[in-house]
Amino acid sequence: MTGTAAPLFAGTSLNARDRKVEWLVRALLGLMTALLILPVVIIMALLVVEGGPVISWEFLTSPPVDGMTAGGILPALVGTVWLVVVALIASVPVGVAAAVYLSEYAPDNWLTRAINLAIINLAGVPSIVHALFGVGAFVLFFRFGTSILAASLTLAVMTLPVVIVSTRESLQAVPRAFREACWNMGATRWQTIRRIVLPNALSGILTGIILEVSRTSGETAPIMFTGAAFFLPFLPQGVLDQTMAMSLHLFVITTQVPDAPEALPFGVALVLISMVLAMNALSIAFRMYVRGRKKW
Amino acid sequence: MNPQALARSRDFDHRGRAWYVDRAVTVFVFIGGTSAILFIGGIFAFIAREGLGFVFSEFDAGEFFGSIAWRPTSALDATYGALALIVGTASITGLAMVVSIPFSLAAAVFIGEFARGRVRETLKVLVELLAAIPSVVWGFIGFSIMNSLIIDLFDVPIGLNVLNAGIILGLMAAPIMTTIAEDALKAVPDGYREAAEALGATRWQVIRKVVIPAAKNGLVAAVLLGVGRGFGETMVVLMASGHSINLPDSVFDSVRALTATIAAELGETAVGSDHFRALFTLGILLFMVTFAINLAADTIMRGIRRKGERGRP
Amino acid sequence: MRRSMSTLLSILVIACGRAENSARAVIQNKGSDTLITVAQAWAEAYSAVDAEVAVAVSGGGSGTGISAMINGTVDIANSSRKMTSREIEAARANGNDPVEHLVGHDALAVYVHLDNPVGRLTLDQLAGIYGENGTIERWSQLDVQVPGCASDEIVRVSRQNNSGTFAYFREAVLDNEDFKLGSHDMHGSKDVVHLVAQTPCSIGYSGMAYATPEVTMPCVMGTAGDPCIAPSIETALDGSYPISRPLLMYTSGSPAGEVKAYLDWVLGDAGQCIMLELGYTPAMPAECVQ
Repeated sequence: MTGTAAPLFAGTSLNARDRKVEWLVRALLGLMTALLILPVVIIMALLVVEGGPVISWEFLTSPPVDGMTAGGILPALVGTVWLVVVALIASVPVGVAAAVYLSEYAPDNWLTRAINLAIINLAGVPSIVHALFGVGAFVLFFRFGTSILAASLTLAVMTLPVVIVSTRESLQAVPRAFREACWNMGATRWQTIRRIVLPNALSGILTGIILEVSRTSGETAPIMFTGAAFFLPFLPQGVLDQTMAMSLHLFVITTQVPDAPEALPFGVALVLISMVLAMNALSIAFRMYVRGRKKW
Repeated sequence: MNPQALARSRDFDHRGRAWYVDRAVTVFVFIGGTSAILFIGGIFAFIAREGLGFVFSEFDAGEFFGSIAWRPTSALDATYGALALIVGTASITGLAMVVSIPFSLAAAVFIGEFARGRVRETLKVLVELLAAIPSVVWGFIGFSIMNSLIIDLFDVPIGLNVLNAGIILGLMAAPIMTTIAEDALKAVPDGYREAAEALGATRWQVIRKVVIPAAKNGLVAAVLLGVGRGFGETMVVLMASGHSINLPDSVFDSVRALTATIAAELGETAVGSDHFRALFTLGILLFMVTFAINLAADTIMRGIRRKGERGRP
Repeated sequence: MRRSMSTLLSILVIACGRAENSARAVIQNKGSDTLITVAQAWAEAYSAVDAEVAVAVSGGGSGTGISAMINGTVDIANSSRKMTSREIEAARANGNDPVEHLVGHDALAVYVHLDNPVGRLTLDQLAGIYGENGTIERWSQLDVQVPGCASDEIVRVSRQNNSGTFAYFREAVLDNEDFKLGSHDMHGSKDVVHLVAQTPCSIGYSGMAYATPEVTMPCVMGTAGDPCIAPSIETALDGSYPISRPLLMYTSGSPAGEVKAYLDWVLGDAGQCIMLELGYTPAMPAECVQ
């Protein structure tokens, strides 16, 4: 139909104007999109140019020396790994259980709506409010003190929605027919979930977890008061130790360390952003791979 | 007991175990499922535990909402006026939205309606990466780079101001707005577009006259979530806004935000002191405002979902 | 899936665990941003003196250290101001008896942009700039024209309201009056200097040790007509510089064991020379090899 319409209208001036507007709008929207994305490129370029020269194997594997103006970032890197791992241990089982409940069990009632609202709010509450919660609950009330445990639990609560939402989505992407086939064979609900639903949704769940790792490693405000230290001459040895962390390290050398070379914070920022973006890229690649492989 | 009955009862036992496991798992995932409610309740309870003590003792609503004198450590007379902090947060968030809304919605329309194939996928990935940049890196950029840039460009006394923090916050809020807005556009049934195209409308006419009106509620929800994002950001407003108690006259004035005040002062405050509890009171305020924003966005989105279901054949 | 996940996690945890050193005792050291660089340098150097003891340093400001001392969560609290009697009472109520140790002095320098020609300031002028009742808002009121500062406005850079530097400046310069609202309250001493270096219109204050070649430090007079004293290690030590303050470490009760050994080392030649090297004024006369 458009095939016959196009030549019919092509000659009218009205149609020519419409097409010019169309072209203009398209160009304008494309330009605005590019402007929005440009900062990512500029920031990365800036960090690589300014911070690149700082980075070396020694930088990544030695502790800071000379009042944190020289040396490397090992304790901060290791500390971030600690925080992320402990946060994952705490949040993944709860998050997956919550997603399984919402996707496989929950009836459409007020409770489910309340849960959904709670998830949205957990994701939307400012990070500094999560920090207040971490101080009030984990540091003071449960007496964990400022420790990896308190900081990681704060991060876990904060990033729980990431796990829940992505897991729920991948569970719901498993076709209902798979489940029905299994139920018809006499399997219980849990057997169906364990043998059929979870294996089929596994890659989606992992994508969510990687995304959570990326979120967790970049956060600063929630760990400032719950577990991160300015400087520690040793690596943490247990969850009740304090730790240095990459994000806070960047804040500290930007605001508090005198005589730090100009390039140093850029180098730390570059490592931090590379970690986070690598995790994100991994999760995106994983998602595309999964989407490509999906047979239903 | 005859062997047959024994076999039957064993069989029953076997089924019984599976049944018990199933029950146990049901309980476990139910607990997991309700944990989100538990946590959000816990957050409010623990903040209120510290903050309400202040609200019921030292708190003076007139001073809190009407005065700019936030002087919790004054040697003469501690005052807790949060007006400048509220205005500061509002002005930064406001500018962030002015920056962010047109660009995000433009990007959503471009990605969702114009871009195709590889361009579209690449743009989506880049938007996602924009969301991944940690806030402390943004703050560092605002403090170290944009300050001198703004001083040089606009010849103003200081570059840590509403403009600096607002632009960065706008960029940070853009990905969530773009993503949600694009989803809202995608949710408009293709039949609408096809019908309009059949009438000879150009693609832009279809978008402007059909798709955007149909997706209006989703776009509003996207904007609300963006507002919530900007409102709660901490590190950027701490490092890039100037952290100065001030009622701004222009975007070149420095301000101080609610979140940044908590971040700057909490660490140095004796647990249980008035100042400590006052900071938790700011937390209650932040919690309630973001809760309201999220509730509004969720209500709008649920409305769309329900309408979508009704509209489905 | 679960097995591979848990294997991955345990590898990560073990990898972290293996990298540890054999430090046994941990001294928690927290507080003043002014002292943090030197506290950090001490901690770093002390790990070579006694590998069995690790000193965990965190900053945040004097208030952080003092509140940690009150709450009993720290072994040594760093402070750039004396604890108030109210704070000492609060600590005693919690069963901690703060004991003060003088570890050095710090001259609180006033910083302006490199292009700023103001060479000298009186305490009254500083109070006029920063104080609640001060009337100095523009550089021209000080008969100064700052290149690159067309607006003539004085951009006041200050510190967050519970830092020791803030409290000392208020006490020594403002006579405990409130600060004028609208100052830019930075989160660290380095922030202040960095911002002043970038901002022609600005003025800030911070420990002298934070000076960089990108800022200048005007000399300070008690009152107009007094000799104008530039901040330096000598003028801080002989007391002629009008805004110099003691740097303190607090312990709960008299120090014993590892804490005592550490404090003795800090107050010995090795510790005091590190202080001198970083631009602070030692509390004890120290023989240092330059």
